Amino acid sequence: MSRLRVLKRVGLLAAIVIALILPLIAPDPSTTNLAVFTVMYIGLATSWNIMGGYTGYISLGHAAFFGFGAYSLGLLSNHLNVAPGYAPFLLVPVAGVISGLVAVLIGWIALRTRAATFVIVTIAFMFMGQLLAENLVKLTGGGAGLGFPYPQQWGGDFYNTPFYYAMLALAFLALATSWTIRRSKFGLGLLAIRDDEDKALAVGVPTRRFKLAAFTISAIPVGMIGAVYGYYVTYVYPQFVFDPLIGISMVLMVFLGGLGTLAGPVLGALLLEPAQLQFAYRFGASRLYLVFYAAVFLLVMLFLPRGVVPSVQELLQRRRQELASP
Amino acid sequence: MAGLLELERVTAGYGGGDILHELDLSVEDGGITCIVGPNGAGKSTILRVVSGLLRPRLGAIRFRGASIVGLTPRAILQRGIVQVPQERSLFPTMTVWENVRMGAYTERDQRLIDRRLEEVCEAFTVVRERRDEPAASLSGGQQKIVEFARALMLDPALVILDEPSMGLDPKTRSTVFETIRAMNRAGRTILLVEQNARSGLGLASHGVVLESGRVRLEGDGPAVLNNPEISRLYLGATA
Repeated sequence: MSRLRVLKRVGLLAAIVIALILPLIAPDPSTTNLAVFTVMYIGLATSWNIMGGYTGYISLGHAAFFGFGAYSLGLLSNHLNVAPGYAPFLLVPVAGVISGLVAVLIGWIALRTRAATFVIVTIAFMFMGQLLAENLVKLTGGGAGLGFPYPQQWGGDFYNTPFYYAMLALAFLALATSWTIRRSKFGLGLLAIRDDEDKALAVGVPTRRFKLAAFTISAIPVGMIGAVYGYYVTYVYPQFVFDPLIGISMVLMVFLGGLGTLAGPVLGALLLEPAQLQFAYRFGASRLYLVFYAAVFLLVMLFLPRGVVPSVQELLQRRRQELASP
Repeated sequence: MAGLLELERVTAGYGGGDILHELDLSVEDGGITCIVGPNGAGKSTILRVVSGLLRPRLGAIRFRGASIVGLTPRAILQRGIVQVPQERSLFPTMTVWENVRMGAYTERDQRLIDRRLEEVCEAFTVVRERRDEPAASLSGGQQKIVEFARALMLDPALVILDEPSMGLDPKTRSTVFETIRAMNRAGRTILLVEQNARSGLGLASHGVVLESGRVRLEGDGPAVLNNPEISRLYLGATA
């Protein structure tokens, strides 16, 4: 095994161990809160990458599934009188399935379009979700928001810990799904669609079915993460879960880390989310952190159009070739 | 030798009128058949009717004795006719290995795919040497050879090559033609359409000169190449 591969494996193992014991070594709520949001975005960006990164279809509407997931869990918990504590977590997969079904419906329509039209159609669906949540007042509470069960028994430093592990489990699920797809025949078909959809069709890739499958698979973890988020913040409002900024953050993290790679979305989330939270704390409601987001997006597009991971891989490959050549 | 592919009195064209007029053509099993001719002679139309992209208006097309007229391109592919198009057809950001695997995308038997990958690696060293590099990083000639390798993943009986030397420098062109010869020696029947008549006919066991949708001359490749009239018309030789 090459030294680089050994280093990679050791690094990966260390990262997993740190992620698993983080609440034990840094139990203060400000750190675990930061960890909850960072891990949440690792899961979101990784899920988005299954569609956007592998097929090249840029969806700016994935926040819709986040919102549907959050509202699904809130409504189910309230209507089924689920006791606060660990029980609502059992409904998270149901929220994922509901988001998946919504994705089939949206994807069935949106995937009749390509390129910029697809981007616009997905944004439109996201805003339709927001409008539904605002206007179906009897069901969702409308602009007044929707409350979740509040686990009072988890007081003090421990409160964030179950949510951290729930988010971590979902991030692992998203990563495992992405890894499996990347190595499968299905994944190969998705990459072919990204490169040239017509050629992919010509060699036998069922492009329509595959795009819809990728769209749905990427929406399910997003819905589940949205559900855990809703439970974590205990109250959701339409504009904060059907939020275009959540969708844009996923895209930006994937572009920064590396589109279509496994490590790229993780790296993008690790770099951007803590920075974004710092900006949000410092500048509060001014939303000045959006300027930071815009600046990062501009810099990535100008200097790292393929993202950090592919650029570093290319650099290493060039170096290896230089060393190999006499 | 028996004709692997037979076109009999084929008339075909597009909305504007017929391009092929009662064309007869036979592709010998195990040989290299090269079609040459000026622009508009109907070379590409022949390939389109054989691969099922264009249905002939009249006439018969038989592959291994069975009619393939009216079959879908996918069904024709599954019967063992594979075409390497003129333009670049690799997936640029996918690796060389992934591109070659795409050639057998419709095949479900993984062991068969693995065996064919092994065979393709043996036949085309560039696939093994550059397997993890993006296809776009290869030179034009290397990309063409990877396209050949991909075409062989379905173990076709007939490989159709549309202008394989297009846009290549002379040295790379000779490598590509050498690869075509090697594929034929390995038992593949080749139907080659080539603008570069000298290289194409020099390689072919059977040469066909097409003009205005009809066969103007055919015979052994070298004999057609040395025909004085053909030399004058297509190869620029002085009378």
